[in-house]
Amino acid sequence: MTATVKKSRRSLTAAPHIVWAILFIIAPLIFVAVYSFTASDGSFTFENFAALGDYTDAFVRSASYSLIATFICLLIGYPLAYAISNAAPKMQRILIMMVMLPMWINFLIRTYAIMKILEDTGIINTVLQAIFGEEFELHMINTPGAVIFGMVYDYLPYMVLPIYTVLQKLDPKLSEAAADLGCNKVQTLFKVTLPLSVSGIVSGITMVFVPSISTFYISQKLGGGQYLLIGDAIETAFGNTTTYNIGASMSLVLMIIVLLSTAIMNRFDKSENEGGAIV
Amino acid sequence: MNNEKLIELRSISKSYDGEKVLRSIDLDIHKKEFVTLLGPSGCGKTTTLRIIAGFENPDEGEVIFEGKKINEIPPYKRHINTVFQRYALFPNLNVYENIAFGLRLKKLSDEEIKQRVSEMLALVNLKGFEKRDVTSLSGGQQQRVAIARALINKPEVLLLDEPLGALDLKLRKDMQVELKRMQRQTGITFVYVTHDQEEALSMSDTVVVMANGEIQQIGTPEKIYNEPENAFVADFIGESNIVNGTMIKDYLVSFAGQTFTCEDAGFAPGEPVDVVVRPEDIDIVPVENCMLTGKVTSVTFKGDYYEIIVDIDNFKWMIETTDRVKPGQTIGISIDPYEIQVMKKSEFSGMFGDYSTFSDEMEHLSELPAEDAE
Repeated sequence: MTATVKKSRRSLTAAPHIVWAILFIIAPLIFVAVYSFTASDGSFTFENFAALGDYTDAFVRSASYSLIATFICLLIGYPLAYAISNAAPKMQRILIMMVMLPMWINFLIRTYAIMKILEDTGIINTVLQAIFGEEFELHMINTPGAVIFGMVYDYLPYMVLPIYTVLQKLDPKLSEAAADLGCNKVQTLFKVTLPLSVSGIVSGITMVFVPSISTFYISQKLGGGQYLLIGDAIETAFGNTTTYNIGASMSLVLMIIVLLSTAIMNRFDKSENEGGAIV
Repeated sequence: MNNEKLIELRSISKSYDGEKVLRSIDLDIHKKEFVTLLGPSGCGKTTTLRIIAGFENPDEGEVIFEGKKINEIPPYKRHINTVFQRYALFPNLNVYENIAFGLRLKKLSDEEIKQRVSEMLALVNLKGFEKRDVTSLSGGQQQRVAIARALINKPEVLLLDEPLGALDLKLRKDMQVELKRMQRQTGITFVYVTHDQEEALSMSDTVVVMANGEIQQIGTPEKIYNEPENAFVADFIGESNIVNGTMIKDYLVSFAGQTFTCEDAGFAPGEPVDVVVRPEDIDIVPVENCMLTGKVTSVTFKGDYYEIIVDIDNFKWMIETTDRVKPGQTIGISIDPYEIQVMKKSEFSGMFGDYSTFSDEMEHLSELPAEDAE
């Protein structure tokens, strides 16, 4: 078989994927770009981007909430992934299942459940009042904290899984070699395990930060609509045909922010193609 | 090598999941000694090494280092360093930083680290490799980095776990010579684990032959080869014919239907024994003045000698000779008294030393470096 025939066969088998990519990835991107540079009558304009100034607060809030949520996910996720990767093989499977279990439940239902838990009359406050008396109330719902809590709860598995995958693949002999050369347990963690799991940390951060910054609904339910996030602003904009264009420009700017931050993150990960993939 | 004891293992036992891998091991390792733990996979040699390093704790028994019990001392506090089977170099660090790892932990000055790393690179013949990425090195080079990374800490003992297992034959021979040179040059005690008997014989001061979690024999390479204590040792080290015999009295043993003078004594009269004769120690003589006669069943040309299989009294013997004989020919053989090694009967009696099922192919298969499942 000649090389050209081989090549054409190969591209033939790739055809479904190419069609899929054009229909559902490239075409929507073009639509977004076109909408963002046109007015509602179809004429070319920069107006939509000028109007984004009104949404500066939402952009800044989204960025800061998602950064905080990502940081908290890392603080909780790394030790959790480390502990799981050090458990017995059978236990590891059970623990990973428990990490993934919430992902089987619909995102909206989970968010509603958190709402019910955090409410002033929710489970936590009911329990606290039973202990400390009727007048005791811990106000949690409709605060920035509740919104960030929601993000952390929803996206934590995306931090744990890539880190776990990398840690679990690490040669245990490397820890032994570190111990052999004079590292105690803590030194082994910081001098060997942590540097070798950077690729997992980078994909974890990316996988939590990207959905967090563009998230919607969480803030509406857990923040009581007081803290407008950019995802919610985009949702509202696309809810009305007259504001499609501004919604598109917000999407485009958000996309650029995400791409830039991903590019910056990847600079920390020198070892390409090493684990850290989505499980 | 001197007689000062550095490490003493006292009645060490270890089980994994109810399976005994070490059964009451006793071993003394002296200062500046090159000790090799030799045995097939699963014999417990790697576990013994890991217990000395501190990666495993023995279920029973004591590990004594310079007279003090160190069972509870973690690996990072022991003056012992290890060269791992597959090197275990840190892939995120370059050659220089891998070697400097131990010294950085000790917070030495940059100048001192630099000087000692370059000394080490010279010792292992890797000058100029400082900035290289360890993952870009060949197996032999990674091996050298692993040795340098361990030796730079000036340990009292260097443990080597099948360090040459992954290298090809030529490189393995070169590294054997180099390791021996490094050991002499540094004066550090080496404890070396291998399943390769030739490696053990050519490098060691002392060979410890292990099987089934027990030490079968401890001795110099010459002693292990010439005076094996049981059928396992005789078979594992080199080729040997092992036949059933009876000790008639001191210096007189009977086997293959004949009586032979030998140099062994101290057995009970009439005691059943195993008799070992090495294939190269058997002389072919004219049938008229021989001790035994046998029929040649196969002849294999080996370059500088012939390997022949001879049926003597229904037992297949291997003989290595430079004489030309033909299959089917009846030959006479003679064995000198000092070539006969008499051993006490052991659990291994009758398991080895008969060449009736022997084929070269099988022998090569069994020599393949087995993945150590310990």
